[in-house]
Amino acid sequence: MGGIVTSYLTLAAILFSIGLYGALTKKNAIIVLISIELMLNAVNLNLIAFSKWGINPSIHGQIFSLFTIVVAAAEVAVGIAILIALYRNKATTNVTEMDTLKR
Amino acid sequence: MWQNFAQFWSSGENIAFFILSVVIISGAVLMLSFTKVVHMVTSLAFTFLGLAGLYVLLHAEFVAFVQVLVYAGAVTILMIFGIMLTRHDVDQEETSDRRLHHGLTLLGVLGFFGIMFYAIQQARFPLPDHSATITDNTAAIGERLFQLHVIPFELVSVLLTVAFIGAIIVAKREED
Repeated sequence: MGGIVTSYLTLAAILFSIGLYGALTKKNAIIVLISIELMLNAVNLNLIAFSKWGINPSIHGQIFSLFTIVVAAAEVAVGIAILIALYRNKATTNVTEMDTLKR
Repeated sequence: MWQNFAQFWSSGENIAFFILSVVIISGAVLMLSFTKVVHMVTSLAFTFLGLAGLYVLLHAEFVAFVQVLVYAGAVTILMIFGIMLTRHDVDQEETSDRRLHHGLTLLGVLGFFGIMFYAIQQARFPLPDHSATITDNTAAIGERLFQLHVIPFELVSVLLTVAFIGAIIVAKREED
């Protein structure tokens, strides 16, 4: 049996699974981006839970999560820019219609 | 079992964890089940705020405020901008092929969660022998960030600048 960190890890696993399901089934590309954000947040929760309740607690987990937040912010900005450019050219946000590379 | 139950509810930290996790999971599940995109983003803001509350519970106050500023503030607003700038009132038709896809994805995700849950329950996490009670969280992060992690810090600032300039160039209307 684990300690208190087990509940945090379980919550993060639930969040990650919800994000994975949303990213794989939703048709709107913005919702897919949001689901990916949810998965990144689950990872952040794991990092911070281990920085407090891990076997060797230190501040490094929080610093790692800050780096993750920065990379996620950059990813959202680039993703929204690509979506707007794609919407301007093809007038759709449906991920099933974004198949130019398949043809 | 009932003794454990009473013990769980006697601790304020456990009660706060329970309430915050209910907020987080219900926000995420509502995000999946709403049909309007704006409602989805609004429910996701609750998830982000609940996560910030959990970070406060884990004595990571600086990351909690960064979470509120970046996720609940910037990312949510950016998503709403993206929704408003694109067409979002498309009615979704359910075909049988689509339903099969949903079912298979649900099966896979549940299997993944089962494996993760089993691994988490099986793993042993011994309690830390020394309790890291860092009182001034922000100062400690600043010291570590500018001494040990200064090169990744500078690299990540370059990455952020390049990504934002690239985003502007990608989203800019092409003159023809």
